[in-house]
Amino acid sequence: MKYMLMMHAPKEGWTTAGIGTWAPKDIQAHIAFMLGLNEQLKAAGELVDAQGLAGPEDAKSVRARKDGTPDTDGPFAEAKEFLAGFWIVDVDGAKRAYDIAATISAAPGKGGAPLYMPVEVRQVMSAPPTEQ
Amino acid sequence: MTASDIRSDVEHLLRTLAPAVLGAVVRRFGDFAASEDAVQEALIAAATQWPNEGLPEHPRAWLIHVAARRMTDQLRSDIARREREAFVVRQEWPFADPAADNDHADAAPDHDDTLALFFMCCHPALTPSSAIALTLRAVGGLTTGEIAHAFLVPEATLAQRISRAKQTIRTSGVPFEIPAGAGRDARLASVLHVLYLIFNEGYTASRGDALSRTDLSDEAIRLTRAVRALLPDDGEVAGLLALMLLTDARRAARSGPDGALIPLEAQDRALWDRGAIAEGVALVSATLSKGAVGAYQLQAAIAAVHDEAARAADTDWPQILALYGVLKRLSDNPVVALNHAIAAAMVDGPRAGLALVDAIDASGRLAGSHRLDATRAHLFERAGDVQAAIAQFLAAAGKTASIPEKNYLTAQAARLAQQTS
Repeated sequence: MKYMLMMHAPKEGWTTAGIGTWAPKDIQAHIAFMLGLNEQLKAAGELVDAQGLAGPEDAKSVRARKDGTPDTDGPFAEAKEFLAGFWIVDVDGAKRAYDIAATISAAPGKGGAPLYMPVEVRQVMSAPPTEQ
Repeated sequence: MTASDIRSDVEHLLRTLAPAVLGAVVRRFGDFAASEDAVQEALIAAATQWPNEGLPEHPRAWLIHVAARRMTDQLRSDIARREREAFVVRQEWPFADPAADNDHADAAPDHDDTLALFFMCCHPALTPSSAIALTLRAVGGLTTGEIAHAFLVPEATLAQRISRAKQTIRTSGVPFEIPAGAGRDARLASVLHVLYLIFNEGYTASRGDALSRTDLSDEAIRLTRAVRALLPDDGEVAGLLALMLLTDARRAARSGPDGALIPLEAQDRALWDRGAIAEGVALVSATLSKGAVGAYQLQAAIAAVHDEAARAADTDWPQILALYGVLKRLSDNPVVALNHAIAAAMVDGPRAGLALVDAIDASGRLAGSHRLDATRAHLFERAGDVQAAIAQFLAAAGKTASIPEKNYLTAQAARLAQQTS
């Protein structure tokens, strides 16, 4: 079963307490943690994809105009959280997906303290249909 | 014959030979993980050479010879390294060409080797996804890339899954043998379960010619046929093969041109594969007449009753209800209980079915499953309670993890909403 794990970071305090304000060794520890996790998932035969997303400063929301051309809006200062990165894993059940999400949630932040970021877990629709 | 016909013939031959070749190499060298790698290399070498250079005189012996040479090369380099490290080699290693005697050997060791491979790859110490991947590669002769493609995961990830599975086999000391005594039935059940999971996975990727090479339903049927050839007297093996054939027979009718799901009662039965139905019915009839009855045989018997009805309205529901009754006593499975409720509704009316569904719901064993909602939706519709049916169709659509099924359930809710407006 495939699951998408979406890691959300708080928008509030992004500029004052975000990763850019951490000590270099904290940033390194955070990056090493994420790389290590991806290596573990790959070695376990579970990793489908993992991507970190660029910061929310340039995030745009796009809608089509009547003529089909893009109407861009944003970035949105009022948003409380933003998507910081995602994983797609292929695991034997939801429990394993939750365990991986908990690991991500506790990634080290400032001073090495766990970040406890919210990680949204959603099943990817890849199941076969049921038949009587 | 075109070049691509020749290639596909060679591939078919290679995959037929793969388990016997691997079995012979494992029996000779002992190391399953290394043997499996060596046989994969031999298969790849054959797949590139044979279409151009023609088949060797003894294809199986050729493969065993090439794989064994890779094994001995590997052993020689391992031993050379250990000698450099002043390691005293205690044992002789098998330099002899295993193809020499295997080529003229009886069929019996082949049979045992292939069966032992199935038992090893489907060992209960492995997770289902590992067992599936290992079985498709080691017994099915599919490449890592083909398996990765079928499951839509990166090849590197799938390669790791296979390597982890081999490691588990090594660390849990799974022997290369056919288990004896009471343990044998449980281990055979693991093999059949893995084959059944492969067959079910095939539903997602069963459309389009491009996918036919890695069509998992076809592969599951092929492998189950191989097990049946090894164990012709086993009722559950025959039952599983019959169940697959009788289910797969409806493949062409199961989805519309746009991929939309078509439920059993609305399928164009002229599209059903009569040959597969005849074979499945013959298999299940023969095995049921022998007396001992298992869960796969009963499910096959139910599929046969569906497949033998010329129109949905002709379905012998009392017989299906009776078969589900037996199956329910045999296997404590909530999905079986749900199908029993559906059959009861067809015989005794939708309200009787709904009462049974409520009882299953109360047990909490299908909590969160879209199946409960979808079944209720159909039964409410038949009972004339359109609003309840719409609500249940939408609830089911929100819970299923299958895209065609979600589309189907949403469309049913929309159809009913339109009727009432």
